[in-house]
Amino acid sequence: MVTFTLNGQERTFDGDPDTPLLWVIRDFEKLTGTKYGCGVAQCGACTVHLDGTPRRSCVTPISTIEGSEVVTIEGVSGTEADAVKTAWTGLDVPQCGYCQSGQIMSAVALLQMVPKPTDADIDGAMAGNICRCATYHRIRAAIHNAANSMEG
Amino acid sequence: MTIQDVNTTRRGFLAGSGLVIGVAIAPKMLSAAPTGVHAGGDPALAPMNAFVKIGTDDTVTVLAKHIEFGQGPFTGLATLVAEELDADWSQMRAVHSPTDNKVYANLMFGLQGTGGSSSIANSYEQMRKAGATARAMLVAAAAEDWKVPASEITVEKGRIKHAGSGKESGFGAFAEKAARQTPPAEPKLKDPKDFVLIGTELPKLDTHGKTNGTAIFTLDITPDNLLIAVVAHPEHFGATVKSFNDAEARQVQGVIDVKQVPSGIAVYADNTFAALKGRDALSIEWDLSKAETRSSEDLSADYRKLFGEKGLEAANNGNVDDAFKGSGLQTVEAEIVFPFLAHAPMEPLDAVFIKADDGSVDIYNGAQFPGMDQSVAAKILGLDETKVRVNTQLAGGSFGRKAQFGSPYIQEAAAVYAATDRSRPLKHMWTREDDIRGGYYRPMYAHRMRGAINAQGQITAWEQVIVGQSIMGKADLDETSVEGASNLPYTIPNLKVSAHNVQLSIPPLWWRSVGHTHTGFAVETFVDELFQKIGKDPVEGRLALLGEKPRHAGVLKKAAEMANWGSPLPEGRARGVAVVESFGTFVGQIVEVSVGPEGAPRVHKVWCAVDCGVAVNPNVIKAQMEGGIGYGLGAVLFDAVTLAKGGKIVQSNFHDYRSIRINEMPDVAVEIIKSSEKPSGVGEPGVPPVGPAVANAWRRLTGAPVRQLPIVNIVSA
Repeated sequence: MVTFTLNGQERTFDGDPDTPLLWVIRDFEKLTGTKYGCGVAQCGACTVHLDGTPRRSCVTPISTIEGSEVVTIEGVSGTEADAVKTAWTGLDVPQCGYCQSGQIMSAVALLQMVPKPTDADIDGAMAGNICRCATYHRIRAAIHNAANSMEG
Repeated sequence: MTIQDVNTTRRGFLAGSGLVIGVAIAPKMLSAAPTGVHAGGDPALAPMNAFVKIGTDDTVTVLAKHIEFGQGPFTGLATLVAEELDADWSQMRAVHSPTDNKVYANLMFGLQGTGGSSSIANSYEQMRKAGATARAMLVAAAAEDWKVPASEITVEKGRIKHAGSGKESGFGAFAEKAARQTPPAEPKLKDPKDFVLIGTELPKLDTHGKTNGTAIFTLDITPDNLLIAVVAHPEHFGATVKSFNDAEARQVQGVIDVKQVPSGIAVYADNTFAALKGRDALSIEWDLSKAETRSSEDLSADYRKLFGEKGLEAANNGNVDDAFKGSGLQTVEAEIVFPFLAHAPMEPLDAVFIKADDGSVDIYNGAQFPGMDQSVAAKILGLDETKVRVNTQLAGGSFGRKAQFGSPYIQEAAAVYAATDRSRPLKHMWTREDDIRGGYYRPMYAHRMRGAINAQGQITAWEQVIVGQSIMGKADLDETSVEGASNLPYTIPNLKVSAHNVQLSIPPLWWRSVGHTHTGFAVETFVDELFQKIGKDPVEGRLALLGEKPRHAGVLKKAAEMANWGSPLPEGRARGVAVVESFGTFVGQIVEVSVGPEGAPRVHKVWCAVDCGVAVNPNVIKAQMEGGIGYGLGAVLFDAVTLAKGGKIVQSNFHDYRSIRINEMPDVAVEIIKSSEKPSGVGEPGVPPVGPAVANAWRRLTGAPVRQLPIVNIVSA
């Protein structure tokens, strides 16, 4: 039995302890904003915040997160999250949209750590998130816009 | 079917583009709501096949006959309707239409389908007529209610007004009454000079749900009691199951059943992880007697052997054979080999099957050819087609992957479902490994190019031989193998293009921009090489040979202007040019390149000019150019699916089938040529020019022509 917090609510899981957090979130908690893309931490579509830092939930066994706080796209909130979502909408960043939850979770975590990121900071924080529609040009612009909006 | 055949009678109207009144747009609610519009419940909705619905709450919902997977049809089709309806953009909504090969036919295909960058091109008049018809009926209803002449009523931004009486209303109040009006026989469309929405930067309708996790894709449909299924596939194309042992798989907690299906061994489980763990625990012996056992290298050698043999004629102007014999000629030759490419959309293939109480079945999937999916699934499920409903869902990309004759993926999914007792809903999904190794690739191709230059420095002859699989499965010439080459835009007096169809057990498929993925590269790099040979500037050289192609010339000139072509460059950088027409859209690109950290090209900037006729949504057009450039660039730099010695597929996931990442994405500037030509598509045409433009810059920078893709392989070799 594993106990953890999901978007502020205490949850327990008593299935196979090898089950990745991704599938606990999706199949058991039925929160589907977090996506499966590769299963091997190569694409970032499954990015969540685990105790405040971005984590690929597809390679995080549920047995390793006892007592941790998990935040998904459905629960992410605060100044950075609001700024990122507003910037994303303002530039119409998504195309197919499937990777965008992961992109947004990585972008929010970046701004929480680095409020005014450079292009190099963005590359460093976002290179783990693949977008096959290649919306990168707008992702970069949206992160800068979000950072600028937080200054005011 | 012509556009006029649709919607001119009342029956046709109700079946085609009518106001369906007071309809709650909310889709059938499962534990996660799919966006399917097969809602049931309200008999007045049957057969639910209209293009426009007006709710009593003033919302206008467009039923999009084309799937939304990022290329923008929800926004595009809604723009066309809203323009003629004089709606306010904020009241517009879009959902997928139901499946119907007649009512919702792609007017270019004759059946329902999305592909060939045709959504706006084939919908331009049809959706505007749907909007104009709805407007006329709303006006008629208001005129009747207000007892004023319809001719005195105006509509603007979703408000119906009569100046004389001061009366004013939204759409919702008249929706019901409007549905009872006789639709106009021939709705009047606006003069394009009066457009207020078409041509403006409207926000996309599907952005909101894609920024907060609420957008529902097929993989997100999770009804209660759901069974998850995955299939173990062979590692060789053409292999079949000889025997298997499922004892260990059945021991996995959560695994419910294991069954052999035509494509492999299916594992059924209560949750996804159990299904995957169960699949890993299978031991399977494969029969390779009919499998493809040649390697990519073997295939390349076999393809090249065909260069000298007589092929299928695709173009033959002038006399190429004689033209290569003249004296004082310089000849240039090049052979270029293109690898297999997987589409690798972010959402791997998946489908959900749910049986209704009457035994009929709802399928939820990202359907690119929904009517085809319906037909093949019905056959496998042993049901009449009317008992199978395909509910098209948002899809996490496709790039061509889901547009398949005979819907082989749905065949597999239906077979997996048919092997159960159907008492539980079932989700069949592919993993990334299934996706990369699953075939239906952009085929491998080999091109041989020959060019002749006379003493005056003119290109006098051009010969191109193209070897590869026919995507259409043809024995004779497949236009999709030679498009962009057989209709070479450059005026060259002697031109010969031929093709050889190769048979393999590796299933081929179109991949974003189809034949232009390789012909665009071959043509644009070779012509550039010829210009270099004769000392001509690549922009000037092209323009001189594009005298009969003003739209090619137009985008090339615009791109050159944007890039300030000819201005001095930073040390260690070079620029490359390419211009390609595909799907009726013209795209010119200029790229700036240096040698990057891996010794491979680092692309800093792309200037892109596009002429797609009337620009319906500049925002979507720019997004598709940006995305097309990234998608094309990633493939040219990094991507290949290769077969090892013995025929096993080498790649399996994003670590070895690399996708372009944000740190590799260039800055992109896009400009749209103002045009009054009929609109053409933008989903694919951004892709073809970037590869050859990069290769041209690379050759000018390093002296090394790119003869084999991906580029990263040659620089690291």
